[in-house]
Amino acid sequence: MNNESRAPGNAGSIFEAGEYKGLLSWLSSVDHKQIGIMYFVTSLFFFLVGVSLAMVMRTQLIKPDHHWLSPETYNQVFSMHGTTMVFLAIMPMLIAFMVYFTPLMIGARDVAFPRMNALSYWLYLMGGLLLYFGFFTGGNLAEGWSAYAPLTSSNYTKSLYLTGTGVDYWIIGILLSGAGTIMTAINILVTVAGLRAPSMKLTRIPLFVWMSSVNAVLMLLALPALNAALVMLYLDRHLNALFFNTAGGGKPLLWEHYFWFFGHPEVYILILPGFGIVSEVIPVFSRKPIFGYAFMAIATVAIGFLSMGVWAHHMLATGMNFTVYYVFALATMLIAIPTGVKIFNWIATMWGGSISFDTAMLFCIAFIIQFTVGGLSGVAFATVPIDWALTHSHFVVAHFHYTLLGGTVFTLMAGFYYWFPKITGRMLSEKLGKIQFWLMVTGFNGAFFPLFFEGLEGMPRRVYTYPNLPYLAGLNLLASLSAYVLALGILVFFVNLIVSLRKGKPAGDNPWGGWTLEWATSSPPPPHNFDRIPPVRSIRPLLDLEKAGRSTDAAVEASPEEGNG
Amino acid sequence: MSRIRMAMLLFVASEAVFFIMLIIAYVVYHATSPSAADASRYLDIQRTGVFTACLFSSSLTMWRAGINFRTGRRRAALVWLLATIALGTAFLAGQGTEYASMIRENVIISRDLFGTTFFTLTGFHGLHVFIGLIMLGTLFGTGLRRDAVSRPEAVEGITIYWHFVDAVWAVIFPVVYLWVLR
Repeated sequence: MNNESRAPGNAGSIFEAGEYKGLLSWLSSVDHKQIGIMYFVTSLFFFLVGVSLAMVMRTQLIKPDHHWLSPETYNQVFSMHGTTMVFLAIMPMLIAFMVYFTPLMIGARDVAFPRMNALSYWLYLMGGLLLYFGFFTGGNLAEGWSAYAPLTSSNYTKSLYLTGTGVDYWIIGILLSGAGTIMTAINILVTVAGLRAPSMKLTRIPLFVWMSSVNAVLMLLALPALNAALVMLYLDRHLNALFFNTAGGGKPLLWEHYFWFFGHPEVYILILPGFGIVSEVIPVFSRKPIFGYAFMAIATVAIGFLSMGVWAHHMLATGMNFTVYYVFALATMLIAIPTGVKIFNWIATMWGGSISFDTAMLFCIAFIIQFTVGGLSGVAFATVPIDWALTHSHFVVAHFHYTLLGGTVFTLMAGFYYWFPKITGRMLSEKLGKIQFWLMVTGFNGAFFPLFFEGLEGMPRRVYTYPNLPYLAGLNLLASLSAYVLALGILVFFVNLIVSLRKGKPAGDNPWGGWTLEWATSSPPPPHNFDRIPPVRSIRPLLDLEKAGRSTDAAVEASPEEGNG
Repeated sequence: MSRIRMAMLLFVASEAVFFIMLIIAYVVYHATSPSAADASRYLDIQRTGVFTACLFSSSLTMWRAGINFRTGRRRAALVWLLATIALGTAFLAGQGTEYASMIRENVIISRDLFGTTFFTLTGFHGLHVFIGLIMLGTLFGTGLRRDAVSRPEAVEGITIYWHFVDAVWAVIFPVVYLWVLR
């Protein structure tokens, strides 16, 4: 709608934009959009690797007493599936959205520290590669993504898995990419604090930016706990320190405390930007402002605080005392309240709106339903006796896949369908999108709903095969076949990405009629992001502009250096 | 608030969590391990007290250096900066001799939980002091050039980091050294 903002020579496709040409322009880039795209590509690659590992697991579990994989291989497969998805796929994919869109949505030229932004990306890439290098050294992490010491710290690893150096590569890989993530967190927070467009008050920033900021705080304060634990583990392995060595008086429980003090904020790190994407998509496709903007922001902050105080609910079966259990069970139930507030706000936003069921919106709606299932099963787990009965069973696997796959990955898909036109100047195919959506919904629910029942039947997680007990064969067959359907849906997504990049419909500046600042510039945005920044008088600046008779006279000159901080 | 200042404060907050974790590990094991009683035999509180005074006073000299940088008195600022570097180096040297004497008595990281937690905690603090010294040295080196473009926010950022390193020791010293005085 705002054609004046298109930079000269920027003909509306990412292939025609001069700044993206040549390998050197990528390797040497400090532009937040290029770094964002590199985050997208790398995380999508690792996502594909993670999905492949998942398919290997589901194939192994397709029938009882299946001996296709050895137990040692299966252990490495599920450990690397978890690690890859958490650290190398989902978190960086969310960071990709944060890095690409935070400056655009607040009307800034770039992030506060562009070079540090590039460093973050390269640390992430190198950390990821190092982590996978473990496979070439005779075996990778095989103790699950939570890498419980002393399984990972003592000679136990070395004897059972031949060399056991995989854990070392895992430690260093996670430390490196974690350092990059902390830098990104600092970058995002300073950007939001200091580089907002002149009239953009904190009460007017898009909810995606709100949630990314809270997310950045969590990354900033949770990751160092993991780093401390990793350092201790490394010292145990190489200098024979005794942190987790029970023979020397060390306490394995210390690892669990430290890991989950990181690990529980981490699961919110893995969902908050997703909440942000949904909070941007649902209003636009319902043609209504978000219901309860302030409540959404406050609920996010509340989730951020509470997520720091619930970690021990991962450890309810470790034999701590009951007072500890009660405190953490209560805190866990409390955190469901701000999350519930969000669910109701999204529904209220849709209520009475003129909803258009484009693919992005479909993913949001499926997300709300599936995340509610995941969230409620989580509250069930906060009840200590239920946790005792079901912990370490497939019920847990079903629970967190409903939040992370049915939740986060669905929000990411919504984000791709919503913002792909802005990033590349081309629309993703809606036809392929709808095929992908229905494949993913049926595949996902078919693959993970049976796991609730398998858990109730007592099937443990992280075990490479199972005996032919009643129901288990049928449920597992259903889960495995559905998992293939899910993978097919993801494959359709990749086909759509590649085909639409070349042959997609030209998008124009604002294909969805969005109201936030990123739609005020061209697609893809010019290197300097904005020629002019529209004045920001509400949470929907572009709507104000439209009401003012599409007047661009009111637009102020872009001056990203004059922040509000 | 300048960008560098905010970024450094956030970084310091992140580092604080890291140190809190190491301190908790020390405290937990000190409270439960039988080797805790040994700690008093190996720790020379008076000598470490002197080096602690060095580190604390280096915060004061850094503060003076910052004021002089801000008011454009480059020469005075460099003198204060040099004093900061000297005090920081003295602290590290003190830590080095302390380690050497402990290792001679076979108190090492793999000996018992005291060794494990003591060397990890003080070692990581020492590493941070060392990194701080590199920063201060860089600042000194660029400050020597008469035509050096002065970047007040760089001085501010390094100052924050240096005070943080100091503040961490203000927790470690009582927890590790004064706790064994019963």
